[in-house]
Amino acid sequence: MSKVGIALNRFGYGLARGERPPADPEAYLLRQLDTFDPAPRPIAARSATRGKTGEMLQLLRDLRERIQQTGDPAMNEAGVGTMMTEAGMDNQRAAALAALPPEYREKLAEARRVVIDDLAVRVKVAIDGPTPLVERLVHFWSNHFSVSVGKPGTQFEVGPLEFEAIRPNVLGRFSDMLKAAVLHPAMLLYLDQFQSTGPGSRVQQRRRRWANQQGGRGGLNENLAREVLELHTLGAGGGYDQDDVTELARALTGWTVPGIGRVGRFAEDQPSGAAFVALAHEPGARTIMGRRYPAGGPQQALAVLDDLAAHPATARFIATKLARHFAGDTPPPSLITRLEADFRTTGGDLAGLTRTLIASPEAWVPGPVKFRAPFEWFVAAARLTGIEGLEPRRIGRALNELGQSPWRAPSPAGYDDLAASWAAPDLLLRRAELAERMVQAVPADDVIARAEAAFPDTLSDTTRTLLTRAESGRQALALLLVAPEMMRR
Amino acid sequence: MLIPLNRRTLIAGSLALGASGFALPRIALAQASGTRNLLFVLLRGAADGLSMLAPVGDHGLEALRGASLADYDGAPRIGSFFSLHPALTEIAKAAQAGEALFVHAAATAYRERSHFDGQNLLESGGQVPYAAKDGWLNRLVGLMNAAASGEPLRALAIAPSVPLALRGDAPVSSYAPSSLPDASADFIARVGALYESDAELASLWARALETRAMASDDGLRNLRDASANGALVASLMRGERGARIAMIELDGWDTHANQRGAFARQARGLDALLAAYRSGMGDGWRDTIVLVATEFGRTAQLNGTGGTDHGTASTAMALGGGVRGGRVLADWPGLGTNQLYEGRDLAPTTALESVLAGAVAEHLGLDPAQAMARLFPGRSAAPLSGIVRG
Repeated sequence: MSKVGIALNRFGYGLARGERPPADPEAYLLRQLDTFDPAPRPIAARSATRGKTGEMLQLLRDLRERIQQTGDPAMNEAGVGTMMTEAGMDNQRAAALAALPPEYREKLAEARRVVIDDLAVRVKVAIDGPTPLVERLVHFWSNHFSVSVGKPGTQFEVGPLEFEAIRPNVLGRFSDMLKAAVLHPAMLLYLDQFQSTGPGSRVQQRRRRWANQQGGRGGLNENLAREVLELHTLGAGGGYDQDDVTELARALTGWTVPGIGRVGRFAEDQPSGAAFVALAHEPGARTIMGRRYPAGGPQQALAVLDDLAAHPATARFIATKLARHFAGDTPPPSLITRLEADFRTTGGDLAGLTRTLIASPEAWVPGPVKFRAPFEWFVAAARLTGIEGLEPRRIGRALNELGQSPWRAPSPAGYDDLAASWAAPDLLLRRAELAERMVQAVPADDVIARAEAAFPDTLSDTTRTLLTRAESGRQALALLLVAPEMMRR
Repeated sequence: MLIPLNRRTLIAGSLALGASGFALPRIALAQASGTRNLLFVLLRGAADGLSMLAPVGDHGLEALRGASLADYDGAPRIGSFFSLHPALTEIAKAAQAGEALFVHAAATAYRERSHFDGQNLLESGGQVPYAAKDGWLNRLVGLMNAAASGEPLRALAIAPSVPLALRGDAPVSSYAPSSLPDASADFIARVGALYESDAELASLWARALETRAMASDDGLRNLRDASANGALVASLMRGERGARIAMIELDGWDTHANQRGAFARQARGLDALLAAYRSGMGDGWRDTIVLVATEFGRTAQLNGTGGTDHGTASTAMALGGGVRGGRVLADWPGLGTNQLYEGRDLAPTTALESVLAGAVAEHLGLDPAQAMARLFPGRSAAPLSGIVRG
């Protein structure tokens, strides 16, 4: 790959139709750091969904109670009782939905529509945006702080997590992004933090009195605490133990989603969109990773997160993931070390980290170093074809068929960033099927010139020959979309 | 005896059922392995073993499960102690025919309760989540390829991408029906030419086309229709060109609420899939083993919402023409509060890894100890024996 090709493809989402390849690849990338817009029009124009989550959770709770009372399995099939794992809506679920009372049906339909529209906004901004490198970083961090709409009740919040917690901080401080993402309503819901209460909190004391120690629901939930340590900051093997997990879980108690349950009226709204309920917070000082945190309400968790962000294990973990994303499944140790040192020196300044990445020779090695993940391939293909007016529903369906629906990763670890996950036979065939569809309604002129511009100095003879021999411009474009040059970067 | 008997040991079912199998001609293992089929069914979400195969002979069950036990009145018994879930009618028939074997109170070495980590360990065969990058089924393919000469064995994931259990160095194909319109034949041929000098893409492309050609899933748009799904898997594994080792995932077992209805629905799906698969395999069923497993079990007691939460031990199944079935293998731990694991879950008494390694070794003619060491390294448990008629 040439330097221009690397700037376009390894660092970005490929060349857009009609776009001129940059003359100075490094300057082209650095400029994006200055011109990035965290809230371009499609994002600024989306209507606020905050406040709908409380209603949604109440509705799900009612629905579960009805299911229990009536024993009507049809309701459960609507996907409210268990994790929804498929993006596509099939007949069975449509029928189950149709059997619901209208107020539930409308709310669930609205929730589904919001996710589809938010996803379309994300894709549109990625396709049209003038700063593809920073969009790639947004998607990288969004996957680092992965949440899934498979968790009932999160539909109104998954898009906002990316738009409000990731985008404004993508070139800011890691600690700010960490606090915004971990304490965002989407994350608090996804990892069960919203219902975690301190064993010694006033809520629990009262509940015990009422319930006469029946056990049952409520109490400490360690899910978010564990994932913060394992996936968001220190990484597995980052030196924490079970006591640190439990202590962090205690520090996080009280952080919940506004507008839910009986304790809701005691909630204090927080900047992340979350709420803090002091009655549910575990009183007292905490000790985490050898440091002591005095009692302090919502400040306690914030202080811990700040320290975790600054921990050397976090620097190493983030550096490794970032290097893997840009420089190969098995990234060069020299690059990891450099990024790690930069992260530690600047205290997690993400713009500085990106500049160091751009300045690193390991990121500019000529051979392709990564197999493009499905989302990346889809955006690159859409840019190259110049396709317009993609219907939101079709975007969601296409990404689902390609195997990588954003905000639907199967685990809080997010999607894998390894070729082994994506270089699969059927997934490749699906790209070809979609390519043939995508070129149906787009201009298919100058395909060879477009190919030369998108992959300067690297277009293989085989690809050029086959594009030349295609029976139509359209077929040539479809072939270009699945050419080896398009599959790797 | 397969498992040492002690006072709480119970091996239910008719051991005599397996006896007819001893009359079968003993096939030379090396020769047999080339035509033998293995289907691994992963139940994602932690399937409740106490519902799958209810220990109705245990007096503790009533207190834990209450009214939901009415479902088991008249349900097929496996021996005197266990009742199969009433929705598993076809599996019950297989058990009667001596072709379905159950292992109860089985669990991997994992003792936490995260789906992600539990599935990761069940698929990777490792002991620490996310430490192993390849899966035990892929290593099994590798073992088989190393033992035989000629063409590498065909392995297939019935999914668009390859699940961890099948990931690794050995080549594996993947396939799942999709709602995308097929690409035109001309385009497909041209893409093939495009990949001719690219080893990785050429190989992926060839495997994808080969698998697609075998799939008989006209009109199937996803993997949700259980019966069509079972027929599809069989169509991909039948005959000489079929896959020898395949895996399919069924999710939706995470029954935190209203478990009675939800589990019955899941069980019907599993039953229909296996029935269609069995019938689709035709004569090949004789040489087939299906292993069904889940990442962990669920709490013994129903929770306040008529469901169960993440637990520990569950049930595994082996089905196939050569299985010494009609039995339950279990070192039964009991359901008393002090017998439950951490006072809440069915206690694990059999290593699930031993079941899987023992079953594949016997079925495919591998050395059991070597299979265990390679597929599930670092375990002290010995592979289970006597799963397949020898």
